[in-house]
Amino acid sequence: MTALDTSARTQANHTHDQSGQSARFWESLAGWLMASPAITLLLLFMIVPFIMAFGLAFTNQRLISPNPTEFVGLRNFERLLTVRPLVLQPVVDPATGVAVLDEDGQTTYPAVRTYTRNNPEYPQFDGLQEWTTWSWGDDKLVWLAGDAVFMKSLFNTLFFTVVVVPLQGSLGLLLALIINQRTAGVNIFRTIYFMPVVVSMVVVSILWRFIYDGQNGLLNNILGAVTLGNFQPVDWLGNPSTAMWAVIGMSIWQAVGFHMVIWLAGLQTIPGVLYEAAAVEGAGAWDQFVHVTWPGLRNTAVFILVTITMAAFGLFTQINVMTRGGPLDSTTTLVFQAVQKGFEKQDIAYGSAISVVFFALVLVVALIQRFVTREQGE
Amino acid sequence: MTPKPFVRMWSWLGAVSLIAAACAPAATPAPTSAPAATDAPAASEATAPTAAPASTEATTADATVLTMWYHGAGNDVERTILTQIIDDFNASQTQWRVERQDFPQESYNESVVAGALAGNLPDIIDVDGPIMPNWAWSGYMAPLQLKEGTLDNFLPGTIGTWDGQVYSVGLWDAAVAVFARKSVLEANGIRIPTIEEPWTFEEFDAALVTLQGTGEFEYALDLGTAWTGEWYPYAFSPLMQSFGGDIVDRSTYLTAEGKLNGPEAIAFGEWWQSLFERGLAPGTSQDGADREAGFIDGRYALQWNGNWAALAAIEKYGDDLVFLPAPDFGAGSTIGAASWQFGISAKSQNQEGANAFIQFALQDKYLAAFSDGIGLIPATASAAALTKNYAPGGPMEVFFQLSQAQALIRPPTPAYLSAALVFEKALADIANGADVTTTLDAATDEINADIESNNGYGFK
Repeated sequence: MTALDTSARTQANHTHDQSGQSARFWESLAGWLMASPAITLLLLFMIVPFIMAFGLAFTNQRLISPNPTEFVGLRNFERLLTVRPLVLQPVVDPATGVAVLDEDGQTTYPAVRTYTRNNPEYPQFDGLQEWTTWSWGDDKLVWLAGDAVFMKSLFNTLFFTVVVVPLQGSLGLLLALIINQRTAGVNIFRTIYFMPVVVSMVVVSILWRFIYDGQNGLLNNILGAVTLGNFQPVDWLGNPSTAMWAVIGMSIWQAVGFHMVIWLAGLQTIPGVLYEAAAVEGAGAWDQFVHVTWPGLRNTAVFILVTITMAAFGLFTQINVMTRGGPLDSTTTLVFQAVQKGFEKQDIAYGSAISVVFFALVLVVALIQRFVTREQGE
Repeated sequence: MTPKPFVRMWSWLGAVSLIAAACAPAATPAPTSAPAATDAPAASEATAPTAAPASTEATTADATVLTMWYHGAGNDVERTILTQIIDDFNASQTQWRVERQDFPQESYNESVVAGALAGNLPDIIDVDGPIMPNWAWSGYMAPLQLKEGTLDNFLPGTIGTWDGQVYSVGLWDAAVAVFARKSVLEANGIRIPTIEEPWTFEEFDAALVTLQGTGEFEYALDLGTAWTGEWYPYAFSPLMQSFGGDIVDRSTYLTAEGKLNGPEAIAFGEWWQSLFERGLAPGTSQDGADREAGFIDGRYALQWNGNWAALAAIEKYGDDLVFLPAPDFGAGSTIGAASWQFGISAKSQNQEGANAFIQFALQDKYLAAFSDGIGLIPATASAAALTKNYAPGGPMEVFFQLSQAQALIRPPTPAYLSAALVFEKALADIANGADVTTTLDAATDEINADIESNNGYGFK
């Protein structure tokens, strides 16, 4: 449709307005001029750094250093992406052939460091780090990685995204449905739900660190009061099994208001007559939602899916303020690692390599989403 | 410049009221290396000379301007003292005039790095002791040209040396000690150690178990795990050194192998982990407010803390309070050293003037003023004699002795910048239950990779 419109207008210009060519030139020049501040800034602060990061990832550039920059090929990426399995068999007493047990009666395994450190028989494992270990019958399958923390960051980031996107999207829709009413006082609720969005993430993170405090945090106190003291305080951010969930919880709390508003805007574009018609046809609330509301929200849903996904991949501030990636790397993320390596440890080349991998990941996910949510017949 | 004292949060309201105050420092609650000027009590008692801000204009107009960057924005007492020094210097001669710019501590290092990248550094900078070698190696800093003998009586930790030359000097140092109550130790039959005869490993560990066993305390020992950041290497690497390990091998500075992952370091790691496993010390999720108040409230029996926190504890416990030397885990008692120091930027056109200013600032009266103002350890014994707290017989005299007897600076190598972060993460992971050997191996590898990719940081 749009294409047709434009070409029609162009023709009209040619036939009716002889000076159209020059007017359009001035018009487009004005357009470029007006866009130029934004384009310059984008070039300077987005495109150029991006290209630089791509180049730096193949060097040993340091943030500050008197040493010259050297091209190192794929070394940074090799370290980032190397993953090798190592099967460990139980230690067996060579004389008896019986497995050696430790004090607790558990099977013992040779230490991983005997393979990865100064062992010329296993050059392929040299310098690798233990990432994760699976049991494989009596054997242990150890996954070694060139950079175990990066691998953990990668999986934490994916996990966070996979949990947050559906949860935050649906919670936002639920809130939007609740407040999409013309009753008295609804604006108060809209304001309350939206409030966390306008508070800085740093401030929110600090507040939630208090809330999650292991001894006398608000959350533990509330749970204790509700259960009449039966609840054992949990060190939410200090426990590897709860830390990521704690970050997920507060992240959703902070951001859900924004998506609620987007959903709300989507809801209000659906003409009321459709609901009236559906009601006349005898559709109940659920049927109205499935057949009127949801199809009407299609574009909104795509927008929300994409924005939450992007935001979730970029998880950084909460981590930086609340957990610094700990405990035991349970909350470290790709962006956090890129900043850690690139700035705090001043290895800008390695940080750039992480960014490039991050970019590739986001790009792939975005393309998949684009494909899945494409318009019919496109 | 340092964490504002956290108020214990009892309620949501309390937290909300904190937002404004806690915003910036809470993100990295740890003070830097020597978490220097901290406590309000010290500040409020400051006997610092009052500022005379107008006097700079009195100096002649044709004097050459020396620019100076300082990390202490927001700290009134420090500003007052430093302003006084600058005014005195400007009034003492007509050739130079110092102009100071303050930065918040959190972003000071980044500002200097950015300034250096842009070729825009001032004449005089201040620098955190352990970071200095990195900046000197990177070429930002020029060696100091002080008069012969100026630093003869300075505490070793206040002198920043790189490549055989002095690049920075501090007007103060900081020291850590075990804060304890005599009455508690005596009631539990625990010997009170001295600098000559510190606790042994077994004695110290047994004391912790005994104190925990009384049931009177939440934890026997507060290590300050809440203070993430530079506190970890500053306060805890000396414990590892006392076992015989270290962050890097100081004989070559080219590797951490055998030092950070050798048998001594692993022994330290196992003990470190056991402190948390046995519930003797609060873990890495310790709340900043508990760190501030836990010992003073009597919830922690012992506390590993610095001289900047001493005044608040003295106020509470008076004569009952003792500052005990670090235990000897086998290779001698060690504490960290080196705090903020003054240096000169390499690009400065006025190095002579910058040196003259630093020379001028190193007077005992200014050292004493900083000590009285913010509770720091003055760099010389003669300055200590002028202070309230560090004079012979003063309540904190012991810190001066500790600095003299036990201080060991963090490894003076450009690699420290990155190694400190690696060390911090390794200790936090071990405290949280990570396998000791694996973690120390990984940390060693990371430090070695960093040294390697910097071509040995000039040690090859």
